[in-house]
Amino acid sequence: MINYDIVIVGGGPAGLAAAVCAKQNGIDSILILERDKELGGILNQCIHNGFGLHTFKEELTGPEYADRFIRQVKDLGIEYKLNTMVMEVSQDKIVTAMNREEGMFGIQAKSVILAMGCRERPRGALNIPGYRPAGIYSAGTAQRLVNMEGYMPGREVVILGSGDIGLIMARRMTLEGAKVKVVAELMPYSGGLKRNIVQCLDDYGIPLKLSHTVVDIKGKERVEGITLAQVDENNRPIPGTEEFYTCDTLLLSVGLIPENEISRGMGVEINPVTSGPKVNESLETNMEGVFACGNVLHVHDLVDFVSEEAAAAGRNAAAYVKAAAGSGNPADSDTVSTDAAGEQSTDNSGAVEVIKDTIEAHEIRLIPTAGVRYTVPSTIRPDHMDENLTVRFRVGSVYKNCYVSAYFDDERVIHRKRQVVAPGEMEELKLTKEQILQYPKLKTITFKVEEE
Amino acid sequence: MEIKNLICINCPMGCALTVEMEGQEVVSVSGNTCKRGDTYARKEVTNPTRIVTSTVRVAGGEADMVSVKTKEDIPKGKIAECIKALKDVQVQAPVYIGDVIVTDIAGTGVDIVATKNIELTLPLLG
Ligand SMILES: Cc1cc2nc3c(=O)[nH]c(=O)nc-3n(C[C@H](O)[C@H](O)[C@H](O)COP(=O)(O)OP(=O)(O)OC[C@H]3O[C@@H](n4cnc5c(N)ncnc54)[C@H](O)[C@@H]3O)c2cc1C
Ligand code: SF4
Repeated sequence: MINYDIVIVGGGPAGLAAAVCAKQNGIDSILILERDKELGGILNQCIHNGFGLHTFKEELTGPEYADRFIRQVKDLGIEYKLNTMVMEVSQDKIVTAMNREEGMFGIQAKSVILAMGCRERPRGALNIPGYRPAGIYSAGTAQRLVNMEGYMPGREVVILGSGDIGLIMARRMTLEGAKVKVVAELMPYSGGLKRNIVQCLDDYGIPLKLSHTVVDIKGKERVEGITLAQVDENNRPIPGTEEFYTCDTLLLSVGLIPENEISRGMGVEINPVTSGPKVNESLETNMEGVFACGNVLHVHDLVDFVSEEAAAAGRNAAAYVKAAAGSGNPADSDTVSTDAAGEQSTDNSGAVEVIKDTIEAHEIRLIPTAGVRYTVPSTIRPDHMDENLTVRFRVGSVYKNCYVSAYFDDERVIHRKRQVVAPGEMEELKLTKEQILQYPKLKTITFKVEEE
Repeated sequence: MEIKNLICINCPMGCALTVEMEGQEVVSVSGNTCKRGDTYARKEVTNPTRIVTSTVRVAGGEADMVSVKTKEDIPKGKIAECIKALKDVQVQAPVYIGDVIVTDIAGTGVDIVATKNIELTLPLLG
């Protein structure tokens, strides 16, 4: 069997940034497995600008942003395999993958980083009555068709759902000569970034109808039109509010879900709110040495935060591999990495002090409540924490002039003013180790949205 | 005095900006978190501009399309013309990020550049 210290599943921005950071932290034996024919993930089809403002202080398009990381991966000599689908990862970290040249093969990893990204919610979940005529696409599929294959799915378009992909596609199809008639959103607020409402809808006079849904699709072979209706507070259509729109194309932009079949298969515990793994401060799942980052962990709007999160996962995986080597962890006792980068880590000098299970080790639970839907991470082990830790979360509805707060047990320690928080935009609060060490018996940190 | 409310589109913070206008003159901008918001607001109420992204066809490459953008932002009113001018453009692979695809698009003085690398398809590469 082939051996690598770190195997990364997925070569999107998360996988790339994790690989670069693991390498920079001293691990040479790294392999990225990517099922597509190129690295870069979803960014390859996101040709619009607006990426990388935080990371590079420049506004890049998706492929340009991806290229920055692909170049680093190549310059650092990190190995990757394209057109290679990971089928399964076992509990003892044997990664089973498949490609045309090698067929099915197994790789023994010491640490695995999950970076599979997410996929669009299937339309079956939508519950639209009527036939299933041609002309209904997910917004991401339409994006791939238009941007990568140069094929326009239709001329008269209605979009259901105001997620960012739908908004971006409203503009793209308008510029390509289609008439985008309306974007309908079930919720009373948009699921996308404000800037995308301005530059994708307002710029082109495309109406956004909040609290609206599709109640009927006309057409048997091909979509001929759709009927929208307003919904009440229980999301039920209000009779008498129906409006008919002729169109040949319906795009669905109804959200993304992390792609976690592989994680589930190996026994990784999933948070039902994010559909991503539950992780601790090191972005490590309940399976030791298995880390997760990017959209497979929780859906991100901004790739900059994906890169930041993934770098942390790469750094932590590197630390894990080094610690395991130091303590003679069984993960590498019977397998010697010769196929990989060559050098074996026989260096046992780094004392057998056990990094896990120190005596004071305890775990703090992070509790989302009062408007906060989830937090990543879900637990913190103070003894494993870096100096700074970013806790990311989303809220359940729109709140104006509010505060986001963190309570250390019952004491309010962080209290930050926000003009607006909305489900479409990820929030974060920063914790420091120093702060946490001041509360040696701390059991929980509760995150809330508050009016004052 | 006229008040205009804008959302800054320069970064995902999406600050809510308030611009006070006296005729064509900007009197004040508020609500911005950083300088970019101020600059954006002044431009947006007088001469709004945007970066435009699209794709053009590639011959002989690993992919059929290459993504492109205007190197700088162009006046909003020129967007449609810019896209139209790109309709029939075809380039030959290889194409690399930053390569100029069209110079001075739609008379704006701004070039169209590639935003993706498209290598040649060679039958027996490697
Ligand atoms: C339409 C759209 C517009 C966006 N706009 C912006 C924007 O304007 N600005 C911004 O900053 N961000 C934007 N984002 C967000 C950003 O692009 C994503 O958050 C980011 O790409 C997520 O990176 P990732 O690596 O987690 O996932 P992905 O990019 O999805 O990468 C995952 C990779 O894993 C591979 N993979 C999955 N399963 C397997 C398997 N079993 N075996 C092998 N490989 C596998 C996939 O092929 C893929 O390449 C946008 C996203 C979308 C979808
Ligand atoms: S004002 Fe500055 S911080 Fe606010 S959205 Fe604009 S660029 Fe971002």
